[in-house]
Amino acid sequence: MSDLQNLYQELILDHSRTPHGFGLRGEIAAQSHQVNPTCGDEVTLQVHRAGDGSIEAIAWEGHGCAISQASASLLAELAEGLTVEELEIRIASFREAMRSRGKIEPDEELLGDVAALGGVSRYVARVKCAMLAWVAVEDALHKA
Amino acid sequence: MSASRDADVIAPLSDDPLTDAEVRRLREDFPILQVEVNGHPLSYLDSGATSQRPFAVLDAERTFATTLNAAVHRGAHTLAAEATEIFEDARATVARFIGADEGEIVWTSNATEALNLVAYSISNASLGRGGVAAERLRLREGDEIVTTEMEHHANLIPWQELAARTGATLRVIPLDDEGALRLDVAAELIGERTKLVAFTHVSNVLGVINPVEQLVALARAVGALVVLDACQSAPHLPLDVRELDVDFAVLSGHKMLGPTGIGALYGRRELLEIMPPFLTGGSMITTVTTTEATYLPPPQRFEAGTQKVSQTVALAAAVDYLTAVGMPRIAAHEAAFGARLVEGLSAIDGVRVLGAGIDLPRVGLASFDVDGIHSHDLGQFLDDRGIAVRVGHHCAQPLHRRLGVTSSTRASTYLYTTDDEIDAVLDGVQGAIDFFRRGA
Repeated sequence: MSDLQNLYQELILDHSRTPHGFGLRGEIAAQSHQVNPTCGDEVTLQVHRAGDGSIEAIAWEGHGCAISQASASLLAELAEGLTVEELEIRIASFREAMRSRGKIEPDEELLGDVAALGGVSRYVARVKCAMLAWVAVEDALHKA
Repeated sequence: MSASRDADVIAPLSDDPLTDAEVRRLREDFPILQVEVNGHPLSYLDSGATSQRPFAVLDAERTFATTLNAAVHRGAHTLAAEATEIFEDARATVARFIGADEGEIVWTSNATEALNLVAYSISNASLGRGGVAAERLRLREGDEIVTTEMEHHANLIPWQELAARTGATLRVIPLDDEGALRLDVAAELIGERTKLVAFTHVSNVLGVINPVEQLVALARAVGALVVLDACQSAPHLPLDVRELDVDFAVLSGHKMLGPTGIGALYGRRELLEIMPPFLTGGSMITTVTTTEATYLPPPQRFEAGTQKVSQTVALAAAVDYLTAVGMPRIAAHEAAFGARLVEGLSAIDGVRVLGAGIDLPRVGLASFDVDGIHSHDLGQFLDDRGIAVRVGHHCAQPLHRRLGVTSSTRASTYLYTTDDEIDAVLDGVQGAIDFFRRGA
């Protein structure tokens, strides 16, 4: 697999074309809006909580490159049913991999399909794209 | 400091495009054009963002640093005197290049600073600085500043801020659906209240050469000042600020074969003379007491602090290099690329070239949107083939918003660009479409 094919795996292109969790909801929820000023990409993301405090769903809208869209979609898929603490552990793990300049592969056991984004970390200019939704969910959780 | 090792093979007085042989010779002057990127020879199509530097420019900066380095306009030792002379010679060289007098060129760090210099000087005049002489620069509530919807943020935000500080109103000449300036609306917007009209000579997104003459005529009819953003024209077209009859023009050294950290403001002499300073401090004063200071005449009045000397020397070398090749020839060379890019990209299914339908001459620059493929992904694909293009909003969000896109991909050429590189871009865009649509 070439570097480019590794970066844009089928799974990532599929998620960017038919994203999971796309569409904001009318109900009140912790929300965050994030912009990548270098490219104008943006995401608005809501964290909907279940009665026990766990994450019922992440809903989001936005526009951007395949990496940012797939990352938001994969995040929404991953977060469903997790406790806040469990999600925070995964955010930290994902961030560490993304900032590693290709040295750390994402932990597939912890992150599941999100690990397909591992190729991004070798492209420093694209790490922000992959992190956009993750920064938004972190911000929304802090506001909650 | 020779302008070019190969200047003897070039015929600068002709208007013909550069021949393939000439471009091959020129490319040998640019060491970076020999590098490989991701296993491919570099195809550098991002000169609109920053241009590459020939040996003549690199050598000029190095020679200055190794044989002449000293602070200018102070000190009496030999190096200080020689450095001052070469610094002022550089000013004269850049002035000649754009048809100005040397006293009309102010060195700045970049074009953004040059635009801010004008805006802050007017702002200071509006606060009463500069005394009676600066009266004609003052802005008050009810006065209007006019700019356009296609500007680079650097020629928009300083005017937004100036309006906010002075109570003046900022009015914006809109674009039509293709992206061309609505000159009919401009004629209505520019009126008795208009004090300043700021616009770009060449759009950094559309590549079109704006009708400067018509806009200047509208401004002159109401006595408004004209500020021209020449960042994308000075590197690529013969430029004569007096012929264009503008009051101010700004340019960026690193877009015209020079180094980063150097730009220039052209200001009509009688305006520079009445303008209060923007940055203040050392080197721009005549007499200083603990309570007040008097200022030097322009251009020194606007050059506070230790100056960027090696950068000015290098920029002068860049200008000499361009002059030796011949600006009319460079313009002809690049006009052909502009036409090829627009035509070739438009022919690809799913590609929309921004401003393709505008009936104006253009430089070698085209920005485009590919249906279903974000510019970042497209840029990444091209980079994998060693092709460098710009992606994003190119510091022109209002223009992109008007044309219904958030970002675009931009290919921009220069004198060293080859037909093969244009082919590589066109093939690459088709390749990206095939790649990203796989499995869809």
